[in-house]
Amino acid sequence: MLDLTAYELAKRIEAREISAREAAQVANTRVEEVEGDVNAFVTTTPGLALERAERVDARMKNGGVRLWEAVPIAVKDVLSTKGVRTTCGSRILENFEPLYDASALLNYGEDIVMVGKANCDEFAMGSSTENSAYGPTRNPWGLDRVPGGSSGGSAAAVAAGEGWWALGTDTGGSVRQPAALCGIVGLKPTYGRVSRYGLIAFASSLDQIGPMTRDVRDAALLLQAVAGYDPCDSTSANVEVPDYLAELEGGVAGLRVGVVKELMGEGIETGVREAVESLVRELEDAGAEVGEVSLPHFRYGIPTYYIIAPAEVSSNLSRFDGVRYGLRVPADGVHEMYRRTREEGFGDEAKRRIMLGTYALSAGYYDAYYAQAQKVRTRIIEDFRTAFSRYDVLVSPTSPTVAFEIGEKRDDPLAMYYQDLCTIPVNLAGIPAISVPGGLSDGLPVGVQLMSDHFTEPMLLRAARAVEEAADFEFTPKP
Amino acid sequence: MISEEEVRHVANLARLGLTDQEVEKMGGQLGAILESIEQIGELDLRDVPPTANALNLTNVLRPDEPGRCFTQREALSTAPDPVDDLFAVPRID
Repeated sequence: MLDLTAYELAKRIEAREISAREAAQVANTRVEEVEGDVNAFVTTTPGLALERAERVDARMKNGGVRLWEAVPIAVKDVLSTKGVRTTCGSRILENFEPLYDASALLNYGEDIVMVGKANCDEFAMGSSTENSAYGPTRNPWGLDRVPGGSSGGSAAAVAAGEGWWALGTDTGGSVRQPAALCGIVGLKPTYGRVSRYGLIAFASSLDQIGPMTRDVRDAALLLQAVAGYDPCDSTSANVEVPDYLAELEGGVAGLRVGVVKELMGEGIETGVREAVESLVRELEDAGAEVGEVSLPHFRYGIPTYYIIAPAEVSSNLSRFDGVRYGLRVPADGVHEMYRRTREEGFGDEAKRRIMLGTYALSAGYYDAYYAQAQKVRTRIIEDFRTAFSRYDVLVSPTSPTVAFEIGEKRDDPLAMYYQDLCTIPVNLAGIPAISVPGGLSDGLPVGVQLMSDHFTEPMLLRAARAVEEAADFEFTPKP
Repeated sequence: MISEEEVRHVANLARLGLTDQEVEKMGGQLGAILESIEQIGELDLRDVPPTANALNLTNVLRPDEPGRCFTQREALSTAPDPVDDLFAVPRID
């Protein structure tokens, strides 16, 4: 059972060859087996998974259960789960139990079979999952390596077979980069495609929930499960949800594919670049029209992001003040209580970004930093618009490197930020992008990133499916 | 490098306590990050409109109709130190 994709498992359950309870039991057992090595979860919920699986089995007798509902899932610990503690990888929310479920989870189903809350960098800020107050997650492909981040727990859970698929969140690459480093598929949908209601906010203009799965078809099915308009999220898109599986097998004949020049040179590991180049040749053989495209403002992606995201962080994280929820460190006056609560509750990276954002927004610096960054953001969007007038899909590496060693970049925040070189412009423009395993370099997985215009996920998934078929890569649970 | 005084000023704006050691480390790290960020200043963007939201959404409003909301008890159940059915804070200074 452990080698099936989520789609295959769902079909077997639908045909009553396997029960939801049996699937949950297999997931729970796998979690017990490997969790000591991997540490993919902050909180495991085996009892809850069984209880809900039994309810799904009972409901199946009456029909009306949707294909995906019985599939055991790992949920990143920044998504609110009613009555199940939600830490965001932070000490400040160590005992926080939300009063409601995130809308994306409710869309999935009333009895979502959740095996646990997946570890992540604190408030989703990081690229290695080392910024978690609950210890680093280890990459199932090499336990001395990081799984990437910030959705590293979700990626490692899928790669290790701790549940069949997972939800992550992506603000600057946090679904795609860990997917790439763990040899799985990671999709960041169009901004607004999946409701953010109940997602504890990091940078509200960039955050998006996305599927992390064993293959592209699973990503299409999981997006189907969670997508849709939600009046509770004012940035949610009131755009019809198409059938994401319908054109999946359509191939790439005639598709115009642009290779991003700025992301194929300096700063990209040779093995990574070669894997991407070889897949581009395969796409050409399969009938795609391939060309090179330049997006000149991409080089400003990281500096722009590291103004806009921390600015939004400094505002969003101001709610953690020891008054309405989370940690409170007692003190004599209210200001000292705020300061000490936040000092003890937040880790290094959260503090750094609060400081950076507060600085960039403070009197005298606003125009030079935040206002300028918002204009560069416009330029990056214009670059994409020009590119999409000539190409249907853009291609690049997902991450400039394969999985690096735990501790290697921990004391060099700038080096860590450059992990998201290829993924950040996508969030600034709000477009969808997917990472697909493209092969191995030094025995570790390489991710290929595909990008397309707003709300063109069906085409993006179709191209991703073709990449997946061309790639010399087969999913099997590790270690 | 950001001066110690400036780090303490920004930390105060953010209501964030920092140890002396953190203040020193933060000055160097923020300085390095800001130096790398400053390259966006080289672009002439005087006539470029800013983007706050990639989908250009503006003022999405819902109808002003009452709906289900949390009870007072529910809303207070996550509070660290409520007093008499209210959120409570130490003395305002």
